[in-house]
Amino acid sequence: MLLRHTPKEITERSALTINPAKTCQPIGAMYAALGIHSCLPHSHGSQGCYAYHRSTLTRHYKEPVMAATSSFTEGASVFGGQANLIQAINNIFTVYEPEVIAVHTTCLSETIGDDIPQIIAKARDEGKIPPGRHVIHANTPSYVGSHVTGFANMVKGMVDYLAQSNGHKESRVNIIPGYVEPGDMEEIKRLAGELGVPHIMFPDTSNVLNGPQTGRYHMFPPGGVTVEELTRTGSSMGTVALGTLASGPAARALDTKCKVPCEILDLPIGLQATDIFIDTLRQIAGVTVPESINIERGRLLDVITDMHQYFFGRKVALAGDPDQLISLTQFLVDIDMWPIHIVTGTPGKKFEKKILEITKDVPHPVNVKSGGDMFLLHQWLRSDPVDLLMGNTYLKYIARDEDIPLVRFGFPILDRIGHSYFPTVGYRGGLRLLEKILDALMDRQDRDAPEESFELVM
Amino acid sequence: MEPVIFEERQTQIHRKGTQPFDLACNKDSLAGAVSQRACVFCGSRVVLYPIADALHLVHGPIGCAAYTWDIRGALSSGPELHRLSFSTDLQERDVIFGGEKKLYRALMELIERHSPKAAFVYSTCIVGLIGDDLEGVCKKVSKKKGIPVLPVQSEGFKGNKRAGYHAACQAMFRLVGAGDTTGISKKSLNILGDFNLAGEIWIIREYFKRMGIEVVANITGDGRVDDLRRAHGAALNVVQCSGATMDLALMMEEVYGIPHLRVSYFGVEGMAESLYSVARFFDDPEMMARTRELVREELAELYPRLQEFRRALTGKKAAIYVGGAFKAFSLVKAFRLLGMEVVLVGSQTGTPADYQELHDITDEGTIIVDDSNPLELSSFLKEKDVDIFVGGVKERPIAYKLGVGFCDHNHERKEALEGFVGMLNFAQEVYNTVMSPVWQFVPRKVRKAA
Ligand code: SF4
Ligand code: SF4
Repeated sequence: MLLRHTPKEITERSALTINPAKTCQPIGAMYAALGIHSCLPHSHGSQGCYAYHRSTLTRHYKEPVMAATSSFTEGASVFGGQANLIQAINNIFTVYEPEVIAVHTTCLSETIGDDIPQIIAKARDEGKIPPGRHVIHANTPSYVGSHVTGFANMVKGMVDYLAQSNGHKESRVNIIPGYVEPGDMEEIKRLAGELGVPHIMFPDTSNVLNGPQTGRYHMFPPGGVTVEELTRTGSSMGTVALGTLASGPAARALDTKCKVPCEILDLPIGLQATDIFIDTLRQIAGVTVPESINIERGRLLDVITDMHQYFFGRKVALAGDPDQLISLTQFLVDIDMWPIHIVTGTPGKKFEKKILEITKDVPHPVNVKSGGDMFLLHQWLRSDPVDLLMGNTYLKYIARDEDIPLVRFGFPILDRIGHSYFPTVGYRGGLRLLEKILDALMDRQDRDAPEESFELVM
Repeated sequence: MEPVIFEERQTQIHRKGTQPFDLACNKDSLAGAVSQRACVFCGSRVVLYPIADALHLVHGPIGCAAYTWDIRGALSSGPELHRLSFSTDLQERDVIFGGEKKLYRALMELIERHSPKAAFVYSTCIVGLIGDDLEGVCKKVSKKKGIPVLPVQSEGFKGNKRAGYHAACQAMFRLVGAGDTTGISKKSLNILGDFNLAGEIWIIREYFKRMGIEVVANITGDGRVDDLRRAHGAALNVVQCSGATMDLALMMEEVYGIPHLRVSYFGVEGMAESLYSVARFFDDPEMMARTRELVREELAELYPRLQEFRRALTGKKAAIYVGGAFKAFSLVKAFRLLGMEVVLVGSQTGTPADYQELHDITDEGTIIVDDSNPLELSSFLKEKDVDIFVGGVKERPIAYKLGVGFCDHNHERKEALEGFVGMLNFAQEVYNTVMSPVWQFVPRKVRKAA
């Protein structure tokens, strides 16, 4: 029992995080930046952080993950990292030739207090940024927020640096997909396309982090939103932002900067949230929903009704990121499952309120915590067990020790594939989630059923 | 095709046979380079983390701890406290007002709950910067709780992984000497620099047992605090791997007069020679006889099976890019044993002596490289048309994208690669990936066939 150290009794812990349910800002910023075409994320700090971020993304996506680092040494930590960053910008544009460098900070450069915009300006003055190339940045101190915050900050950085209004409102919608998988981004684009809504999605990691085997190594894979598209987001007629935490700041910034009005929605995970997404797009673009989408929706509904007896009253514990958990909890409640322990490592009290609101009719006490960790989740479910766990790979310790089936969902997933290809957003994504949930529950039922009640037809 | 490389990096790349050998290394990575290196903290963490009955607390913001949570399959035969992730999760106010109080409370709480034998407290960049008195807090807690609480000065910016090894060794050295050494045999040693990935240290311990040697402490794979405390009672330190635990061996040599031997458990030659050198050290004819017998038995079993792999693999080409250069030596020899040609070899942290040795044992035309990056590596792989790439987590997907076989010789290895049996596992793994039918579909092969 790997987690034999977890006691049932819960004591107040103020100084300590055990088995975190979050990670740090820069990795989110790095992921977001990879969603720009021909962009090299740059970590302004020492080498370790960046090595960890790349390794973790590599383990999650099983794809090469490119980024550069300022390689701070002791000197830089005392005198500041300006020289390092300027030299880095010069080296990167000379050798790797990206169109964009997306700089994010680390705890170290934040604490030193490096002024990134000022350094970028200096690099420009010194002619280190070739014409037509760009350097953007986001501040990502990890002692604030989590990886989701870092993602949000970098997406906002794209708006701050690149979006421009040309004075017209062109009939086109911006979509900010949130901190979701490349396959999810692809699905969101497909749905918009199916609806016939002209759109620009940013960031877009599809075909960057789920690319095909081509026998070639591309430092900058073909996917990603282009700088030219990012510029035009300032002249779109509206923005649909998915996920309050991950996409809200960029959407609001675009509204402020270029007067592009925005709708900030929950991530389209599950039936209701997808309905709202589709309906919002329909209204903004003034289109009608095509039959093809109605069919997709109908199929999801069909499976929900067909299988509802298997969902009823099944208790679930969830760990993950706020935007995902809000939609997922709603979906589970909608299909009559009982999400009863919900934890995110990302701080923010609004999350707890929202979850309690969603689960208010669940006929069972519900535990929720933002800024929590998996140790706490484990303690909860030791006193009040569940039928199913949903969350990232790190839940597998609990799953094994407590013998509870686990559906992998969220970031990071280090031990399975599929998450970067098959979406969990949209109606099809809903179907996939149901399939995974049912597989997990029914496999367990088959495994545990006494011979006489072992069923062929379920 | 000439590979794309930074001008500044020219001196860190060498093609054997083109000019006199003089590889620059041990340099700080270039700002802006997509380096494959890691930091001081990473070095300390991988070295100390296998000590399974110690508490490992990362004092810093959450990321540093989250990324090192159970990342290396360092197996323990008993306690598994090392596989949990503990962090002080520093917040903005801690950065402003200091994190000492938080650290103190965290330590007190954890030691109370888990009663570890010792605690290691890792300092991260930010802690170095805000100037928390790690040493002071550790002393205080140690006094209160009556166990060693050891600061590990592993601020990331203080250098690369190698500096982290050093910090780890310094922390461990504080444990050595505190335990009772009565009853330890004269024919005894400590195993340094093995982390028990995939259970490897158990294989090595078994060999020493068959030779009639007592192993006092595993440092650090499947390690225990109490063993470390009496490690100074051993007659010899055997040190594997170029950097990780060498400093500890040197400190023990200086203070306790314990000599050390550099060994390698990878590959047949390395493994056999390591055992022989240990036997020679003890200068005991019977032990030498037992060692000969051991090697003979193992080889009798190994060779016929290796021959089969060799037949299939002869002439295939390999590229190596690993953390330490010492591992690269063994790999070069291991591939040679399989009849394969090593066309590229490099490391993240080799020293001049390391690279000289690599240069001496490789063939003409082999590319030797220090602190490389993905662009360089991928262009070398293509240029040399290799069949297998040996590297770590960040190299794997590059190999696969190019349609080249891969073997992880680092944290993510799944099979024991040490010892005689490890050579067989290695051969099997190399064979599986090089000969896999999946490559027939990759463009590289399709183009060639066309
Ligand atoms: S903050 Fe420093 S110690 Fe932590 S991962 Fe980054 S470089 Fe390493
Ligand atoms: S120092 Fe900060 S940015 Fe670097 S790994 Fe640690 S938490 Fe992340």
